[in-house]
Amino acid sequence: MQKQRPKHLDLATIRLPIPGIVSILHRVSGVALFFSLPLLIYLLHGSLSSAESFETYRAVVAHPLMKIILIGLLWAYMHHFCAGIRFLFLDIHKGLELQTARATAKTVVVVSLALTLILGVALW
Amino acid sequence: MVNRSVIGAHYGLRDWVMQRVTATIMVIYTVALALFLLTMPSSYAGWKDFFAQTWVQVLTQTTLLAVFLHVWVGIRDVWMDYVKPTGLRLALHAFTIVWLVSCFIYSVKVVWGL
Repeated sequence: MQKQRPKHLDLATIRLPIPGIVSILHRVSGVALFFSLPLLIYLLHGSLSSAESFETYRAVVAHPLMKIILIGLLWAYMHHFCAGIRFLFLDIHKGLELQTARATAKTVVVVSLALTLILGVALW
Repeated sequence: MVNRSVIGAHYGLRDWVMQRVTATIMVIYTVALALFLLTMPSSYAGWKDFFAQTWVQVLTQTTLLAVFLHVWVGIRDVWMDYVKPTGLRLALHAFTIVWLVSCFIYSVKVVWGL
C-alpha cells in the first residue's frame, strides 16, 4: 500500500520547531550523561576523599579543560532535568496546546542555560 | 505452557512507567540536595559530615539505583531507534548493561566509603 503524499523535505528551508529542539537535546544530554557516569561518580569520590588526596582532586577539577567538561555536563544535567519535568507534565496531558508547548519549550531552554550560567559562575 | 504475549500493546508499559517513576525520584532527590546544600556551610568538612550520615547514604544509593534503571530504559531506546543491525544492537545492549552494572558497583564503593 503506497500512498502518494506531498513531501516537503527541503532541508535548507525547513527547521525543527522549538519543542523538537528541546526533545533532541534531551536525548543528546541523556547520552552525554550516560557516558560521563564514571566521571560523575569519580567526582563524588574525590569530594569525599581524605584530606591529602582531596588536594590532588582539587587540582584535577581546577584544570581548565576539566572545567569546560564540567560546565558542559552541568548544562546537560540542567537541560535533561528541566526538559524531563516538562515531559512528565506532557505525560499527564498538561500543556499540550501548541502555544503552551512552545512557551514551555522556550522556558526549558532559557531556564537550563540560566541555571548553568549561575551555578557555573558560582563554582568556577 | 506459559501464557506470555510477546506482541501487541502494553508491551513496553512497565519500562515506560519505570522511567517516569525513577525520573520523579531523581527530581525529588535533586531538589532536596540543593536545599540542604544552600543551608549548609560550604566547606570540605561540612560536606563530608553530611555524607557520612546513614540516611544520606541510603537515600543517595536508592536514587543512584533509580538513575541506573532510568538510564537503561533511555539508552536502550536510543539503540533501538538508531541501530538497525541486530548483532550490533545486541552488542550495544550488552555493553550498556556491563557499563551500568560497573557504575553501580563503583557507586556503592563511593557512597559507603569502602
